[in-house]
Amino acid sequence: MRDPNNLDSSGKTVIIIGGGVAGMTAASRLADLGEQVILIEQEEEIGGHLLNWDRLFPNRRPGYEVLDSLRDALTNSVEIRCSETVSTVIPQSSGFQVILQSEESLFCDALLLATGFDLFDATKKEEYGYGIYENVITSADLEMMFRSGRPITTSRGKVPERVGFVHCVGSRDEKVGNLYCSKVCCVTGVKQAIEIKEQLPQAELFGFYMDLRMYDRHFEEMYYEAQQKWDINFLRGRVSECAENQDQSIVLKIEDTLTSRPLKITVDLLVLLVGFVPKPETLRLASLLEIPVGDDRFLEPLDEHTRFNHTGRPGIFLAGTNKGPLTISNTIADASAAAIQLHHYLQTINETHP
Amino acid sequence: MIDFGYTIRKERLIDYDKNDKRVLEHLKAHEPSVLTCIACGSCTATCSAGQFVDFNIRLVQTLLRRGEIEPLKAEMQKCMLCGKCILVCPRGVNMRNMILAIQTATDKLK
Ligand code: SF4
Ligand code: SF4
Ligand code: SF4
Repeated sequence: MRDPNNLDSSGKTVIIIGGGVAGMTAASRLADLGEQVILIEQEEEIGGHLLNWDRLFPNRRPGYEVLDSLRDALTNSVEIRCSETVSTVIPQSSGFQVILQSEESLFCDALLLATGFDLFDATKKEEYGYGIYENVITSADLEMMFRSGRPITTSRGKVPERVGFVHCVGSRDEKVGNLYCSKVCCVTGVKQAIEIKEQLPQAELFGFYMDLRMYDRHFEEMYYEAQQKWDINFLRGRVSECAENQDQSIVLKIEDTLTSRPLKITVDLLVLLVGFVPKPETLRLASLLEIPVGDDRFLEPLDEHTRFNHTGRPGIFLAGTNKGPLTISNTIADASAAAIQLHHYLQTINETHP
Repeated sequence: MIDFGYTIRKERLIDYDKNDKRVLEHLKAHEPSVLTCIACGSCTATCSAGQFVDFNIRLVQTLLRRGEIEPLKAEMQKCMLCGKCILVCPRGVNMRNMILAIQTATDKLK
């Protein structure tokens, strides 16, 4: 089938839904392979969560470096449509008709879902007081503070003497229905603790954890650096509840499981390390396109080990964190793999429908 | 062989090979949610009884798993069965029922 959107092109057309790290990566790889790409992004700008992240683990490089390199790789064969969402997809005898919210209709030979994730809504863990106590913030809020370049202070402008990080907020918790580990929050917490210490060498820093999952290259070394160079404390226990003092500091209740005793500790600022949750938009598209969803509500590829970008439906592929939590590096690797699989698929249909 | 005089004092040692796992087996059958505990300590931190007396519900579970039955018996009396621990557990362990099941099982052993 010739591309009805672009009669001059020789390549096939792929519509990518989602312009974050996965979508941008796959778009540039597919363009390099000679395909036409339409990248649909619901926000006003492509970039996804990376737009809101100041520095990246494990080396604390600025997030914009990675963002710029992904954006710069997008060539003219990638048509970017921002502030657009897909309202429906209608399968054709070959390929798909995609109808946008704006009622515009597009045609493509294949679809790639790169819809990403949402951050867990911390107000759902009421016992931690997010949205109630002014000095309880999330890891995303802290990144925005870093990005603003303003000094780190409490809500009323005081320099914090003690800062705590709560691990696993919204992850590994059946009470919020998320049994899975979000994989990146441990290392994010350690990175952010170091960054606070860089700014405030006098501050006392605490991570409250159940397990520290430093699984990837350079992560464990970062944990070592946090202890050795920055004197950051790690206290093994899950915060069970928080309360606000009259001076807006936060008092935590926790079991210090390594001494087997309940422990009370006051912090000036409490950072909740929020995890990944599936996007409602992904689930809507999944039900529209009949793509299976796991117990964790992330998308199920055709085969977890060997066909991790395929779905059971020919021409529909998956990339990135709509399949579960991933680091940026792993998202880029996954989306690159998706692009290759997609390109291969497009060549196969070329042979069958020249 | 030179005797350096090192011995492990019996009461310091958890003798996992000899310990009695019957209570644990009873629990696995009657309150299998105990299998999923990740020792996070949320229950202990929030426990009503633990605020006043030396009582650690998380430790009770750990001892149970190791087959350390003797120290458990006295602990069972300290729980007020208020259920706060169940509200905070990230793994959905039903500790109230666990306590009752431990009591039933240890009574049977007498
Ligand atoms: S990465 Fe760490 S903080 Fe995040 S869910 Fe997993 S264990 Fe918890
Ligand atoms: S039910 Fe027992 S163990 Fe649980 S919080 Fe109440 S007193 Fe503590
Ligand atoms: S709260 Fe649940 S998972 Fe945590 S230590 Fe207690 S029983 Fe185990």
